[in-house]
Amino acid sequence: MTSAPTENLHRLPGGLRLPGFKAQSATGEIREVPIPGTLILPVRQHAGSAAQPIVAVGDRVMRGQPIARAEGDFSASVHASSSGTVVAIESRAIPAREVSEAVCIIIETDGADTPWDGLAPITNPLAATPDALLEAIGKAGIVGLGGAAFPTLAKLRHAVDAGVDTLILNGVECEPYISCDDALMRNQAVEILFGTRIMLTALGLRQCAIGIESDKPEAWAAFTEAASIEGDDRVQLVAIPTVYPSGGEDQLVYLLTGREVPSGGFPSDVGALVHNVGTAAAVADLALTGTPLISRIVTVTGEGIANPGNYRVRLGIPIADVAACAGGYTEHAKRLIMGGPMTGVALTDDALPVTKACNCLIATGPAVRTSFEPERPCIRCGECARICPVRLQPQQLLRAHRYGAGDTLDGLGLIDCIECGCCDLVCPSHIPLTQSFRDAKLARRIDVYERERAERARERFERRQEREQARADAQAAETERLKQGANPNAIAEILARKRGTPGGDED
Amino acid sequence: MDIVSAIAVLAGIALVAGLALTLAARTLQRDADDVVERINAELPQTQCAQCGFPGCRPYAEAIAQGDVDINRCPPGGDATIAALARLLDRDIIALDASLPPPAPPGVAIIDEERCIGCARCLPACPVDAIVGAHQFMHTVVEDLCTGCELCIAPCPVDCLEMVATDDNAERAA
Amino acid sequence: MRFEPALSPYLRPETGVGAVMREVSLALLPAAVIYFFFFGFGILFNIALCIAACVGFEALALKLRGLPVATTLSDCSAILTGVLLAFALPTYLPVWVTITACGAAVLLAKHVYGGIGFNPFNPAMLGYAFVLIAFPVAMSSWLPPAIGDLDYVRPSVLERLTYLFTGGWPAGLELDAITRATPLDLVRTAARDQLMLEELRSASPMFGDFGGRGWEWIGNFIALGGGWLLYRGIIRWHIPVAVLAGMLIPATLDSVITGGASGGPGFHLFSGATLLGAFFIATDPVSAATSPRGRLIYGFGIGFIAWVIRKWGGYPDGIAFAVLLMNAAVPLIDHFTAPRILGRER
Repeated sequence: MTSAPTENLHRLPGGLRLPGFKAQSATGEIREVPIPGTLILPVRQHAGSAAQPIVAVGDRVMRGQPIARAEGDFSASVHASSSGTVVAIESRAIPAREVSEAVCIIIETDGADTPWDGLAPITNPLAATPDALLEAIGKAGIVGLGGAAFPTLAKLRHAVDAGVDTLILNGVECEPYISCDDALMRNQAVEILFGTRIMLTALGLRQCAIGIESDKPEAWAAFTEAASIEGDDRVQLVAIPTVYPSGGEDQLVYLLTGREVPSGGFPSDVGALVHNVGTAAAVADLALTGTPLISRIVTVTGEGIANPGNYRVRLGIPIADVAACAGGYTEHAKRLIMGGPMTGVALTDDALPVTKACNCLIATGPAVRTSFEPERPCIRCGECARICPVRLQPQQLLRAHRYGAGDTLDGLGLIDCIECGCCDLVCPSHIPLTQSFRDAKLARRIDVYERERAERARERFERRQEREQARADAQAAETERLKQGANPNAIAEILARKRGTPGGDED
Repeated sequence: MDIVSAIAVLAGIALVAGLALTLAARTLQRDADDVVERINAELPQTQCAQCGFPGCRPYAEAIAQGDVDINRCPPGGDATIAALARLLDRDIIALDASLPPPAPPGVAIIDEERCIGCARCLPACPVDAIVGAHQFMHTVVEDLCTGCELCIAPCPVDCLEMVATDDNAERAA
Repeated sequence: MRFEPALSPYLRPETGVGAVMREVSLALLPAAVIYFFFFGFGILFNIALCIAACVGFEALALKLRGLPVATTLSDCSAILTGVLLAFALPTYLPVWVTITACGAAVLLAKHVYGGIGFNPFNPAMLGYAFVLIAFPVAMSSWLPPAIGDLDYVRPSVLERLTYLFTGGWPAGLELDAITRATPLDLVRTAARDQLMLEELRSASPMFGDFGGRGWEWIGNFIALGGGWLLYRGIIRWHIPVAVLAGMLIPATLDSVITGGASGGPGFHLFSGATLLGAFFIATDPVSAATSPRGRLIYGFGIGFIAWVIRKWGGYPDGIAFAVLLMNAAVPLIDHFTAPRILGRER
């Protein structure tokens, strides 16, 4: 294993140096959250379609037993995170931005935490075929653990089809407050490297870069040490400058390879496959013990938390229990954010469960804005364009969105906006730009959808008109033909014929 | 004398400019079909005929002819009026008061218990969104239905009703 | 437990329009002190009057438009417009001319178009151009600096105030006796008379090392303020550099070709409103281009047009007209200089 010189990195346009706020949680220690009485496991913890429950109310389930099966190619299975009894399968609120509710499987735990007997480690993982590995990953319900929860199987399949040449492990973790990947790297560098090697072998890739942000020297040291156990010539460590959003998937690909992920595309379109370091650790765990994805590391932090730190949390544990384990809330806890302070989702209730997407829980501190300041008109200072990591011009997008020029938004790159939130932070007019672009994207999608529907209705209507016109024409032609063909003397002739018939008179 | 020549010059300019404008208006007149297409593109294609024309395109033709105002499309509502006003450079006006107010977007559904298979709703649908045949149960292809409500009246057993569609936001997502 | 709803990002922006405008205004403070040192109390009077008039007009416009007066005024943009106007206008100017300039700047250039953020033209420069055309004589009356060896009639404070408020002058004195042609005027006249610049320099006590005596010191301190704004990231380098390049490159070439018969780069840099324009006026974000390339084009255009006006135009200085002309070109510049979005061909 080698480390690459930083000067070979490509320069990301824009970006911000943000205050870290990481010291309070990044102690390197990972604590365990005890198993609560009730687990709430949504069937939709990932990007894509919801999984289908395969257990019924009253069933006994074991730790690691599948309870919902992936539905379609873009989905992920869900497993019981401890043993117990299914007491309900019902729609409940879930922590996510787009959807607010999903079917949840509620498990009353028995405290025994009995493992399922069907857990199957991968035999001889470093020689596993791609098919075997993909199947095992699919069954284990592994998703990207960086926060987006993109199903790993779908990503790997796409990568195999697209023919990628480079695996990139994302240990950048550029958003403030979050330190779960840092904690994982410090503690489980060996496992991460092992998982990496499994993926490299299975996919037949010859190079891998592990990107680690330069503000994480302990993690770097842990990898250097782990290299003596699980070192590999194909793997390179790369220090990434501490600039937000270097850890964005497309941004990291650009930094490391100089390849630009095309608009609307994926990193695999330019030969790169990006996984979070946590995903590699989950693959290693699966290979060694057969354990599916039933827990993750969550950073619990913020001024509103008494004992900030990193916790290994089983999926489905209510956030309130996690917060209690972290010493409970302080008087600063006004807001609860899942994810980072730049892109996270504000939750209104801590009864919601921890899901696969939950990398960080922040109870707000003073650095987090407590109310939107009054917005002023844009003064076109262009700072938002200067720091935009995809070189958009947010000021132009905002104008097009606000003043009803929806159709120019596509040309201005609305769909290329990664919603990183940088523009909000530099805007002297305090305009909620990122939220405006989220709204604009939705409005645009609806508009396009409605136009497509209208277009289809127009076509069907016009074809129907043509058909009816054709029918009417045909009918008119037939009437005309009968009229033309009819002999005006026909009746007289028939009568005459009748009269002339022998015996006709006798009737 | 100066005044006379000034008036003469101004009148001359007015005359020349007037002639040029008239000529331009005649020769540069936009292709009528093109205008109809562009108006039609702004209409919601519900084909509901509430405007008094047998579909969106006929209404578009009538607007292009200048026979009718741009405020006769209830499904399109204010958004369509605004779009037409911008396209045709007219003032934005309110929806014609004699027309029903815009209803939330919806689709027709057939209560399959009650449907007797009379097929009378089939020809009423302007976009062929109802499938069925005599003596067979009918059903509305929800994805194709424009919510025009034209199928409601012909049904002898009132088995068709309108239901509001889910938020288009979710459908578009 | 329940928590407040919110939308990401949750970190607080550190800047604000009001803070930016205040800081730009304050960056002119050193220059104002030097201005006062060389030319007397006129600049302080002008700053006070212009700020009062601009804020007054702004409040009036906001009230008429039914907008919140106090919160909008707190963006401090009217104050900055006032400060810029005070630096642009002669210090020896009747108050009604000054107030007219402020009115044109705030009402005509800004609120007619919808207020801050929507004005296509730089308000201060529009106000300046307005009174330059409306009051040409008053607008070209500049006092010479108060430097010992300069021989001229110094009006008393009372006489100056009388002139500012009434336009009248005590019997026996004429305006021409106390105002002097600026070096920019002199160079224009000299060019007409085919005089070499060096002859002119030695003939007139108004010239300093580069530009006008006194004036070049004010220029230094304006550049100092500009440097501070650059350091603080409130303005970016593109526009000032491009303005100076647009003016100094042709000036240098011209000076070389004509063998010193025209003003060289040093003269142009320290004369008139070059430095004020480059650092404080052309950098007004609302009326400037927004992309880095666009700003280079925009700035270069201003510098070049200003130089053309100085050399061949009907006015001694051309910064104001150059800024206004390039303001008009901004939508076009913005359209053609949009940066390439990452992941897209074009």
